[in-house]
Amino acid sequence: MNEIHALSGAYAVDALDDIERAQFERHLTECSECQAEVTSLREATALLGEVARTEPSADLRSRILGDIKTVRPLPPLPAQLPAQSPTAADGTDDGTAEGSDDGHADETDTTHQPGTVIAHSRSHTRSASRTERRWLRGLVAAAAVVATIGVGSTVWNPFDGSSNEQVLSAADRVLAAPDAITVSHQLEVGGEATVVVSKSLNKMVVTTKDLPPLPEGTVYEMWLQDAEEGMVPAGLMTAKDAQVVIEGNVANAVGAGITVEPAGGSRVPTSEPVVLFSFENA
Amino acid sequence: MSVDPIRNDSSGVPRSAGAPEAPDLGELLRASGRGDEAAFARLYDATSSRIFGLALRVVRDPAQTEEVCQEAFLEIWRTSARYDPAKGSALAWMFTLVHRKAVDRVRSAEASTRRDTTYHSKNQPVEHDTTAEAVQASFEARRVRTALDTLTSVQREALELAYFGGYTHTEVASMLDLPVGTAKTRIRDGLIRLRDAMGVGA
Repeated sequence: MNEIHALSGAYAVDALDDIERAQFERHLTECSECQAEVTSLREATALLGEVARTEPSADLRSRILGDIKTVRPLPPLPAQLPAQSPTAADGTDDGTAEGSDDGHADETDTTHQPGTVIAHSRSHTRSASRTERRWLRGLVAAAAVVATIGVGSTVWNPFDGSSNEQVLSAADRVLAAPDAITVSHQLEVGGEATVVVSKSLNKMVVTTKDLPPLPEGTVYEMWLQDAEEGMVPAGLMTAKDAQVVIEGNVANAVGAGITVEPAGGSRVPTSEPVVLFSFENA
Repeated sequence: MSVDPIRNDSSGVPRSAGAPEAPDLGELLRASGRGDEAAFARLYDATSSRIFGLALRVVRDPAQTEEVCQEAFLEIWRTSARYDPAKGSALAWMFTLVHRKAVDRVRSAEASTRRDTTYHSKNQPVEHDTTAEAVQASFEARRVRTALDTLTSVQREALELAYFGGYTHTEVASMLDLPVGTAKTRIRDGLIRLRDAMGVGA
């Protein structure tokens, strides 16, 4: 945990990538020391604005003050409601951080990136039923589901955000797993891809960012490199920015990869991988 | 409960007569959360040059900076009732929100323009001294600059690339030819030093 603790400063200045941020925010939910440190470091960052002062145009002011007339302020978080008077400076520090949240996911403006997974959608493989059957067989071993946390979402405050949700998303659980291994690569074709692997959960989260557009009629296919069986299909995606959870025989995998395949996917890779991840020595 | 907290001077914080009244941003936020547009306008006036200046440093493009600020202030208005003073100052809360929006903006646009223009620290006003003209000659700004001087130059460099540059610690490490892991340490150490020099948040 020391390793992740050291991310507090980078977190306070938004210098983490999406994966690291998700991991650190999970860590924050259980580390009051880091919570306190992040809070104090953010006070320090607020000071930096002093040396950057620049007057905006008067026009911006009138636009903003005009905007707010059309927007209703959200109510306080549920946990802020009971008996916590507006003047509360009442030592709820950690207690609040632990217990304040929340279930207001409906209210946050989290922009979900289009993490598209064409998993068991038969319509996509109508033209190739054999491929479909093979593909569906592959899915038995490795079902891909769309994860619900958005890449680059706008949850800026882990203490007020989703941190204490009773049910973590599958992706969150993987990202927060104590045995999680993270491997990240820049792709030669552009963009980047990160896998977070938890052998104990037998799951893997694949996050892609800025992948190049796919040629017509093709998809990205993810593969698990099984220690015995070689490349095993693990799911399809089409979005350039996606986050998907791979369930399968992750525990037995020594690596993972992504290839470009014809729509509907392939049973074995038919093209050079655009990226390969090794779980060894990661 | 019906006392208007903005004009309530019995809050225990003595105000010296004649000193410019520094509005309590937390109270203004809280009033905003109740739909008080005038309070929000005061909040805007008290913070806009810092918020805009921060966003401009990150985003660089003035038009985009205005968009980011417009979104950010709207978000501040919308979520103002959720600000919790137990978790930090109002200013830090607002800065966190704005900075995140600014960083999201440059990272989502990073494939195009900004990263193509070779970043070189000499071309950019990352040296705090060079921004002196734009900085209000305020006591607070001088204190911050003094505090920044307590950072080692490598700490300041890493912190400025991260905070004003909007780069990840991994990118900062790469830009400065540091082993991965060193940049995040410098950023953290720099922030801790700044925090301690300013006596905030500890």
